[in-house]
Parts: sequence; C-alpha cells; structure tokens
Amino acid sequence: MSNYKQDASQFAGPDAAGHFGPYGGIFVGETLIAAVEELAEVYARLSKDPAFWAEYDADLKHYVGRPSPLYLAQRLTDQCGGARIYLKREDLNHTGAHKINNTIGQALLARHMGKTRIIAETGAGQHGVATATVAARLGLECHVYMGADDIVRQAPNVYRMKLLGANVVSVKSGSRTLKDALNEALRDWATNVDNTYYIIGTVAGPHPYPQLVRDFQCIIGREAKEQSLEQIGRLPDALVACVGGGSNAIGLFHPFLRDTDVAMYGVEAGGRGLETGAHAAPLSAGRPGILHGNRTYLMTDAAGQILDTHSVSAGLDYPGVGPEHAWLKDIKRVNYVTATDTEALKAFHQLTRLEGIIPALEPSHAVAYATQLAARMPADGAIIVNLSGRGDKDIETVARIEGISLQS
Amino acid sequence: MSRLKQVTAAAAAQDRKLLIPYLVAGDPDLACTLRLMHKLVANGADIIELGIPFSDPSSDGPVIQEAAERALAGGTTLRLALDTVAQFRQQDRLTPVVLMGYLNPIEILGYETFARAAAEVEVDGVLVVDMPATEAGDLTTLLRRRDIDTIYLIAPTTRAARAKTIAAQASGYLYYVSLKGVTGAVLTDHASVRKNIEYLRELTDLPIVIGFGIKDAESAAAMAALADGVIIGSALVSAIKLLGGNSAKSEQQLETTVAVIRSARAALDRLKRT
Repeated sequence: MSNYKQDASQFAGPDAAGHFGPYGGIFVGETLIAAVEELAEVYARLSKDPAFWAEYDADLKHYVGRPSPLYLAQRLTDQCGGARIYLKREDLNHTGAHKINNTIGQALLARHMGKTRIIAETGAGQHGVATATVAARLGLECHVYMGADDIVRQAPNVYRMKLLGANVVSVKSGSRTLKDALNEALRDWATNVDNTYYIIGTVAGPHPYPQLVRDFQCIIGREAKEQSLEQIGRLPDALVACVGGGSNAIGLFHPFLRDTDVAMYGVEAGGRGLETGAHAAPLSAGRPGILHGNRTYLMTDAAGQILDTHSVSAGLDYPGVGPEHAWLKDIKRVNYVTATDTEALKAFHQLTRLEGIIPALEPSHAVAYATQLAARMPADGAIIVNLSGRGDKDIETVARIEGISLQS
Repeated sequence: MSRLKQVTAAAAAQDRKLLIPYLVAGDPDLACTLRLMHKLVANGADIIELGIPFSDPSSDGPVIQEAAERALAGGTTLRLALDTVAQFRQQDRLTPVVLMGYLNPIEILGYETFARAAAEVEVDGVLVVDMPATEAGDLTTLLRRRDIDTIYLIAPTTRAARAKTIAAQASGYLYYVSLKGVTGAVLTDHASVRKNIEYLRELTDLPIVIGFGIKDAESAAAMAALADGVIIGSALVSAIKLLGGNSAKSEQQLETTVAVIRSARAALDRLKRT
C-alpha cells in the first residue's frame, strides 16, 4: 500500500461500483439490486446539478439553522492544560444532532424519484426523529424500524417520532437493537421496493449510501474548515469524532483528508473495555467481513456470526462501520481509538459542568478522547471535536446508571 | 459432468419437474437435519438446498430467520454443516446438495478453505444470497475449478441487461424469485412470473426453478407449470419447527414433517401427465 501523503488519489473513493479499496460494494439480495442501482444513477445525475445543491443548502440554512458554530471550550481547555479544544456544534441543529443533514438530502432524492413512502432504521432514535421530521415536512408516509430493547432505552425519542406522524415498528428479532432494525428495514424495502425510499442513517449499507450520506454530512467539515481559518487563523492540528456507523466523523474528516498535517482520531465505543469483549469497536478489535450490504470491519466470531455489541450509547451500539472508515484505517490516514463507557460518562459531566453544554453520550466519547489528546499537546495547538448531538435524550440513561430517580 | 447437471438433465429427459426442499442446517439439531435430508429424498426431493444459518438473514422472512436462530443456539457452524453433508454422502451418492446462505461465514472461513472443504464433502452447488455475481471475486473460479456449481437468484426487479450477465455466470440452475419480498411471503402475481420466465428462457438453457412464496402442493404445481421446478423453504421449515428440540424424533414424526414435500411431489407428477 502506497503512502497516502504521496498519493491523494486514495481519498477519491468510491469507485463506480462503490469500493473504497477492498471495502464497500453492493452485497444485498437480488431483489434490491435494481433499487440501489437506480438510486446510484439518480444520485450521480443530481449530485452534478447545482439546482439540487442550492435547494439542499437553502433547507440547511433556513430549516436546520446552519452554519453551526465552532465554539472554543475555554474552561474545558484550561482544565486539560494543553491544546485549545473547539467544539463543532452539531447539537444546535434542528432535531438536535447531525443526522438531519443527511435526511434533508435523502428526502430531496426521494422526492425527485417520486417515492411516496419512507422507511428508516434507528438505534438511539436520533436518525428516526430526523427522518420522521423530513417526512412530516414533505407529507410522506414514514415507518421507522427500531429494536425492541432500544424502544425501551429511548422512550422520549419514540414519542417524538409518533408525534411527527411516523409509525414506529418494534423489532423483536436477533439482539433487538440497531442491527436487527436494519435487517427489518431491508426486508421492508425488498417487499415495497416500488414506492419506498429507504433513508439509511449512516455511511454504511450498499453503494451508493456510504457515498451519498458522506456527501450530505460533509457540510460539517467544510464549515469547520472555513471557521478554523477565520477563528484560529489556520487549520486545526487534530480532528476528533465518535464513530458508530461513522457519519458524523466522515462528515468532519472528509474535507480535510488531503490536508495531511491535520491529524484525525475516530473514537469507537470501548464499552466495558476492549479486553472484556463487551464493546462496539470493530475498527479497533474486529476484522473485515460482510454485513448489511458492504464489506467492512465487523464484530464477528470465528464462525462468521455477528457478535452482540455493548455501549452505554445506543447510537454507537452497532457491530459494523462505514466502509470508507475501514479504508482510512488501512491506509493509516485516520487513527481509530476507543473511549470506555466510564470515560464517556465522565466527559459527559465534565462538559456539562464546565461549559453548560449537555452532550449526547455518542460525542461524549469524542470529548473524552479529546481531553486526553489536548493534555499531550502544546498550548498553541488546536483540536476540533465534533459535538454531533445534544444530550437531552440521554439524561434518563445517565440518571439510571448513577442510581438517581427522576420521579420526585 | 456435475451431479446437478446429471440430475437436472435426467429429470428433463423424463419430463419430471424438479422438487427442491430447503431446510436450515442444525434446526433443530444436525443429527435431525441429516435424517430429514434422507427423508426428503425418500419423499421425492430431487435436490436439497441446505441453509447455512446466519445471525442477520436480511433476505429471509420470520420463519427462516427463527430457524437460523434455533440452529445457532445449538452451536451450528458452516464447518459442522459441511460435516453433515459428508455424513449424508455416506449413504446418498446421487442427490445433489446445494449450500444456501450469506457471505460472511464463507468470507471469515476464507474462500479457498471453503471451496476445498465443500469439494471434499461433495457439495454440488453454492448459492450466496447477498453476493451478487459482480461481487463474487475469485469465489466463483475457486468453486468451478472443483466442479461446484454457482447458483444465482433472479428477481422480478432484475433488469434485462443484468439478467443476461447473471445467466451467463450461473451454472447448475437459475433460481427465479417469484415475488418482491422475503422468503415465506405470499405469492399473488402469476402473470408476471410467467412473462419473466419466458424472457429468461431466451437467455439460457439452464433449468429455471421458482422459489419464495410456495407453500403447498397447489402453489407448487402452479409455479412448476411455468418452469422446470420449484423450491419449497418456509413451508417445510415451519413443519420442522413443530418438531421442537431436545428429544429423539420418531420416524413417524419425520414423515409428518415432510408431508408438504410428499404432497408437492404428487402434485408435480400429476402435472406431468396432464
């Protein structure tokens, strides 16, 4: 493998068939092949159409509230005693997370394709809410598949989706979490392929999803680049983002890939610690395999069965990861590291108390790693952390873990 | 000549419709799977599709999904399923066995290792549900080199140009998916099946068999009339579920379990005479 510093073409993926090096591709049942091929053709055409992007940009500005601020977390920086920590405030988007950047874009695709029915999978419920939101806005029928266990863990988001008019389908098969919701959404799609658009929430799945979800999330990195030039006077030294499927991370990283002096850290869910096996860190402790339409790093046993995962954060609790991350790991452009449940919870409290920002448990993993990284860097260094979502949805989970009753 | 080619050619010569039952290896346990395979042959199966259980079977409906969960709970692996084929071959050297499953267990075992092991136990065909011909890499070559057929699905949504490519890469037989949906769904649109099979006939001389949504003798006969044979999966797997686990199964119980295959055989044979 050649050094990425000499060969920037390694960042040009995917190829026409959706490959990032050996990863990605299209691994779905034959019934769905025509649907993903049609989507790839439509996207290839629309993504070259300035009018399409103008409509997307207008929605992001007036409906989502972009650009999101780049905020210097001064007190957090002071406590870490090293590089300055900037937060890219995706938590301030409409619906409270970066997920809406993608659902806005895919809803436009659905409308262009004349689809009348929207389906989605969701883990923590953020992508489900973001999908139900755009479906309500466009007057489209919406069904969200969610693991039965996640429905219990994320009750407020379930109610939000229902308020928005979505039908939330409880998935009781397998491990009853995100991966099973994805299986069920794929089954629905195969059955209703004529009128249905499947809005996948992360940079995984069959081609063209990893590409188009990335493209819709790259607004994060493009803004961050402009903002860092303006506010820091140069590019940052490091980027840090949490990685479940990896959409917020690729959104921040991708526009910086060719800026080889910018270091990148993708933070996976270390759960109870990699040594315990109870984690959701396929890039750090998994191996390449095939799941949900693409080849990528997976949590799989020696017989090829997908393993159950564990993370305090439902949004990171997934055994796979987007194929572009698999590639960026192999070519060593991005460093993939982990933060445990305990470290994430500590960072959750730290950011809340020092900056008055309650982060979601997913980016709390990124904050946790950034505080360690900042301490190792000089004071004139600068780190951008993607604060991909706000923590309102998680306060019940945190209270439960810490033995606090919310009923007075 | 591959065993699949011999069996399908002989059936064609006798104007016999192919009857292909599908069952999940290890459901309820591998010893029972082995007995059921022999029982299916005795009741008129021409070819056996042996499902390799996978934790995330996203092209299957609830019936086969639950069967996979039962099999995995009992510790079934791809390796153990191959051992079962080896045991089957000790008594039956004529009936082709086709492995059907998802790619990840094969990917993790390694293509070369898998192809060698499959050839050793005399597997006759391999159908990987989530591996389109365009993504097969060197797996097809590795299998063909050992005279193992590679079977592909064609769906109602498959576009004409793609159907041509698939027909050119497939061997053994073409598996036509009768409906848009997952295994075990309800089949309603016979007219479009007829039309699509007619189109496929122009593309290939391979036998064409129809699967998905065939639940009894009546639907088996209706579909077989349009093609060279049928696959019966979910209806058989539902009957296997009734066997339950953790107890010795009597011959009588197994006879009852394969009743759907016996009656489908009779219906297909009646079809021949009309």
